[in-house]
Amino acid sequence: MAQFINMLLIGIGAGSIYALMAIAMVLVWRSTRVINFAQAGMALLSTYIGFELVQKTGNFWIALPLAMILGAFFSAVIEILLIRTLIRHSTSGPVAGIVPIIATLGLLGLIRAMIGFIWGNQDIQIQPPLSKVGFKLGQETIALSPMNLLVLLTVLAMVLVLGFIFQKTSLGLSLRASAYSPEIAQLAGIRVGAIRTIGWAIAGAAGAAAGLLQTVNGTGAVSPDSLEFSLLLTFGFIAAVIGGLESLPGAVLGAVVLGLVLACVQIYISGTFVFVVAFALLLLVLLIRPQGFIGTKAGRRA
Amino acid sequence: MSTNTPLLQAERVSVSFGGLRALHDVYLQLNHNEVVGVIGPNGAGKTTLFNAICGLVTPDSGTFSFEGKQRSWPRTDQLAELGIARTLQGVGLFPDLTVLENVMIGAQKFAKTGLISASFGRNTKDEAELMDRAMTALERVYAGALANRRANTLSYPDTKRVAIARALVSEPQVLMLDEPAGGLGPQDIEWMNGFIRNLTSHMSVLIVEHHMDVVMSVCDRLYVLNFGEVISSGVSDDVRRDPAVIAAYLGTGA
Repeated sequence: MAQFINMLLIGIGAGSIYALMAIAMVLVWRSTRVINFAQAGMALLSTYIGFELVQKTGNFWIALPLAMILGAFFSAVIEILLIRTLIRHSTSGPVAGIVPIIATLGLLGLIRAMIGFIWGNQDIQIQPPLSKVGFKLGQETIALSPMNLLVLLTVLAMVLVLGFIFQKTSLGLSLRASAYSPEIAQLAGIRVGAIRTIGWAIAGAAGAAAGLLQTVNGTGAVSPDSLEFSLLLTFGFIAAVIGGLESLPGAVLGAVVLGLVLACVQIYISGTFVFVVAFALLLLVLLIRPQGFIGTKAGRRA
Repeated sequence: MSTNTPLLQAERVSVSFGGLRALHDVYLQLNHNEVVGVIGPNGAGKTTLFNAICGLVTPDSGTFSFEGKQRSWPRTDQLAELGIARTLQGVGLFPDLTVLENVMIGAQKFAKTGLISASFGRNTKDEAELMDRAMTALERVYAGALANRRANTLSYPDTKRVAIARALVSEPQVLMLDEPAGGLGPQDIEWMNGFIRNLTSHMSVLIVEHHMDVVMSVCDRLYVLNFGEVISSGVSDDVRRDPAVIAAYLGTGA
């Protein structure tokens, strides 16, 4: 029983961080039709900046929002300086349309190299702001520490705020309209270019939060080649795709399902199968329900 | 502004797509309170002309004037502010939104709150005004009862009426309709004809349409395009008898 509860706790905890990454990928996909493989690099950069801010301020909870704001800023700059031009230039030729996606792979390498250049290739260490010793349930120590709990609540708060923005604000309406049909949105007077930049900025903030929370929730160590960030990208991407790639609730659902499945594998089978199962799940969903859990068959009609 | 000044003028418009000539030296004038039709065989460049006026296509050359003043070709997101609204051919509504929300999207130019304040929740007074405007626009197309339906539950004729409401809600001076009768049955076409004629008390209407019956009963004047050029223009009845027009339509089997 304790093992089952731990499985749920680990699964939801890991899933909540994948969810932030998946949300970032969905936001970028919806606003510009680009799969941003550099999302992990951008999250890594924000995490290093978060590390500096923790050093300066001594307080993780001040560093986190500041790193998110800077993450949003960097993401917006990348959209304006790089992606916008690439999209304009990739209308013809043999690799038309996928140029920006390939470019994000290049950007991922570039950002990692740049981080190595600035901060060195050794691990840096971010101290977790709270205890990572699990709560006690009777005799048993469960897989939920104060740190885990706060990560969970922080992610939940962020998802709720995002949900509110998308469903209840004019900005949200503009974001949804631009994603569905840029032409109609423009005809209604919405400046789709600015809306795309805002989509990237929100994604940058979500990615920054994912990076920092993943780090303090895990070992606290980060390096430019961090395996944790490769996992974050891989699982965030898988969660976004099985969630339908178009839908924010889908991304969250995909991430939680993925987190639970992987925790189940880890606890009841073996940690070595985690990758196999993650990719098998991706292929299975693509084979059986290519539109994802929540995506519609028709997808985007333009 | 004198009503004798043309409301909208496009002159010497040329558009090409990668060496393919889509429009050549095309002109078009729309006066106050009239309905003008752009007709022609498939591929004649009708929609391209619409897209050029709407900033969805960038002309290689040509001039654009609005209310007698020559200006640069408008960007798509400036049209609503300028007073031009358009429906898109075949493009439906946002399926996940209600009919009312769909129409509210068209009223964005009346939203006073900026992006920043909007992200902290819609200004409720502003919001109420947008809803009022959207409701009024829906009632103009007799679709007020559909306001709270999800757009993906509507019949095809209803989606067309709601799409027109979305264009009307910005209170345009020029309404551009892309095949308003396309896919409609005879009864709905008749309704649409009467509706478009009634609009001329408030605005001018520019139509791209295949249905000759609709064009003839609704339009004051016509421009006929063939292979990207204006081959005839003038009062509808004259254009109908123009040998060049008859040849173009017969020549392409239409």
